[in-house]
Amino acid sequence: MELVLVGLNFRTAPLEVREKASFSDEQAMRAAGELRSRGILEETLVLSTCNRSEVYGVNANANRESAAALSTYLSQFHELQPDVLNPSLYHHYDHDVVRHIYRVSAGLESMFLGEAEILGQVRDAYLRAQEGRITGPVLNRLFQAALEVGKRVRAETELGTRPMGVASAGMKLAERIFGRLKDRSALVLGAGTISEQVISQLRDRNIGHLYLSNRSREKAEEFAAQYKGQVMEWGEWDAALKLPDVIVSAVGVQEPLLTRPLIERAMAARGNRALFLMDLGLPRNIAPAVSELYNTFLYSVDDLTEIVQQNRDARQNEVPKAEALVEEHVGKFISWQASVELIGVMDTLRGSMKERRAAFLHEKLSGMNHFSPEDREHLAILMDELIERLLIAPAERLRMEKELRKKIQSLEAIRDLYLSGREKP
Amino acid sequence: MTQTFVILTVLAYVSSMGLYLRFLYSGKELTGRFATLLMFLGLVAHYLALLMRARGTHTVPYHDLQGSMSLFGWLLAITYLCLEIYHRERTVGAFVLPVILAFFFAAYLMPEHANAPTTVHGVVFALHVTLSILAYAAFALSCVLSLMYLAEERVLRMRRLGEVVWRLPSLELLERMSHTSVLVGLITIVVGTSLGFIAVDQQITEHYSYFDPKYLFTLFVLALYAIYFRLARTGAWRGARASKLCVFNFIFVVLSFTVVNLYFSQHHRYF
Repeated sequence: MELVLVGLNFRTAPLEVREKASFSDEQAMRAAGELRSRGILEETLVLSTCNRSEVYGVNANANRESAAALSTYLSQFHELQPDVLNPSLYHHYDHDVVRHIYRVSAGLESMFLGEAEILGQVRDAYLRAQEGRITGPVLNRLFQAALEVGKRVRAETELGTRPMGVASAGMKLAERIFGRLKDRSALVLGAGTISEQVISQLRDRNIGHLYLSNRSREKAEEFAAQYKGQVMEWGEWDAALKLPDVIVSAVGVQEPLLTRPLIERAMAARGNRALFLMDLGLPRNIAPAVSELYNTFLYSVDDLTEIVQQNRDARQNEVPKAEALVEEHVGKFISWQASVELIGVMDTLRGSMKERRAAFLHEKLSGMNHFSPEDREHLAILMDELIERLLIAPAERLRMEKELRKKIQSLEAIRDLYLSGREKP
Repeated sequence: MTQTFVILTVLAYVSSMGLYLRFLYSGKELTGRFATLLMFLGLVAHYLALLMRARGTHTVPYHDLQGSMSLFGWLLAITYLCLEIYHRERTVGAFVLPVILAFFFAAYLMPEHANAPTTVHGVVFALHVTLSILAYAAFALSCVLSLMYLAEERVLRMRRLGEVVWRLPSLELLERMSHTSVLVGLITIVVGTSLGFIAVDQQITEHYSYFDPKYLFTLFVLALYAIYFRLARTGAWRGARASKLCVFNFIFVVLSFTVVNLYFSQHHRYF
């Protein structure tokens, strides 16, 4: 029973390879089914996100060649040449697989250290695989523990507490002023990729009312329809600026779009209620002098980038704590795996001894005709009892006592001693 | 016996403060809950310490300066705990508990004051004093909240965010909490002062007169906070200006509690 992992991620593969090697939900299930039906893996799970595609499996034959078979299968499945795909692939076995998925789940392997989304992606992948009945006891145990590790790391360390993106840092800052943004309104100027990221963050926070404005009204209306917002006329600033509590601007301009007098009028119109402004444009969209106005909080791209950098450093300091948690759970998994393997070894050992006992009795009693069939049966029972006493009591102790198991460094020794030349469990 | 409850109070408050601080840094919900629980236990022990002390001296807690200060600390703790539950915000605990502890320690460490005022009895009088001290406690809490507001606002405007700022309450919540606290203070000071006049009316022939500078000063403090309450909702004042006004007003509360009581008032030495 060996764990195997073949995959690629943003560190090992360029975007064009990651795109081609990614799995949709349907593809993930189909690939998992095929890997099982072809006998490459017994249990399997595919984890595919924008930054990684990984196939986890349990190999019935304890054969590391399955990783090679898995690589070949992946290049066939994605119709990628092996010389394109293989350099990007990494292979892990046994405890390294355990450590890897725990690190992934904890966000230690993420592009943005400690990001929260990966935990949800691991959960979704696991639930899908479980529903499709393509996981078994080993992967179930592994992924349940991985989810626990992810939760513990986020609860017990600061790894995931601080925003890592400019847009999310801005939203977190807005929450420092207003609290929850549920009953607030926001105006987003521009309809580019950055604006879309901000709108997505605002929607995640259930912003009460979303206003959108763009030079091209058509594009603004498209966004408004998509995100259930309201379009404000471009250029009619006095009307537009008095409404929102949060203003985000990300448009291409040569001169600041929102000047101090404009914001001054807006503040007067809104009774000096706090106003949060996020300037994500370059050159700047909002005049820096706006930050001098009472109850306004202006953040530029540079300010937000600096905050993100501070957060990144702070998260980095939390890595040792998270890694300690990962190692603690890796130890637990190894211990569990050893106890499961022990049961398998002992079952095979018992079967083997009983076979030998039968052969032994047959050989030794063949010339002793004075033994009646009842006597022979009685002897067999006695010998079985002896085997049980010799074998089962220590096995029970091994099963119950974790420390004792640790002392036996490798179960391979027992296998080799008693089961040499026989099929391994 | 009193000593036991004093030690228990200190232990509970100090542990609670430690947990509130830890909660501020870690944000762990369980730590916060334990902090609140310990604060509650501290309140109970503090109450028993006050009770035992009053029984020992055969008088009310506000009979002397020590008792008044201890009662102030207890009412501040109660006001804070109610505010914490009402606004579901725990991070303020780390900032309020040092004030509570300071008053508690001062009350129990300072030497007994020889010049105790005349003892006056009666439910109306007791309510007058308790509500007045509660009002001061509520104003003290609003001052702490306003200082927090000003510090957080400054940090946000300077864009120098540290470790803790991500866990502090939002500026608007701090403002709301401060308003609630001032509202509690205003209501209790109005009721307390009215009861004071009734008490004076009842005991005029025995100990009290209508002419005490404390009355005027209390009305002045009441007016200051009423002005704050009104201004804090106007466009020109909401935000940092209102918080500064709140801190400024508290200076007069401190003056009322100290200078006016000790040097001008004839009947309000310790409350």
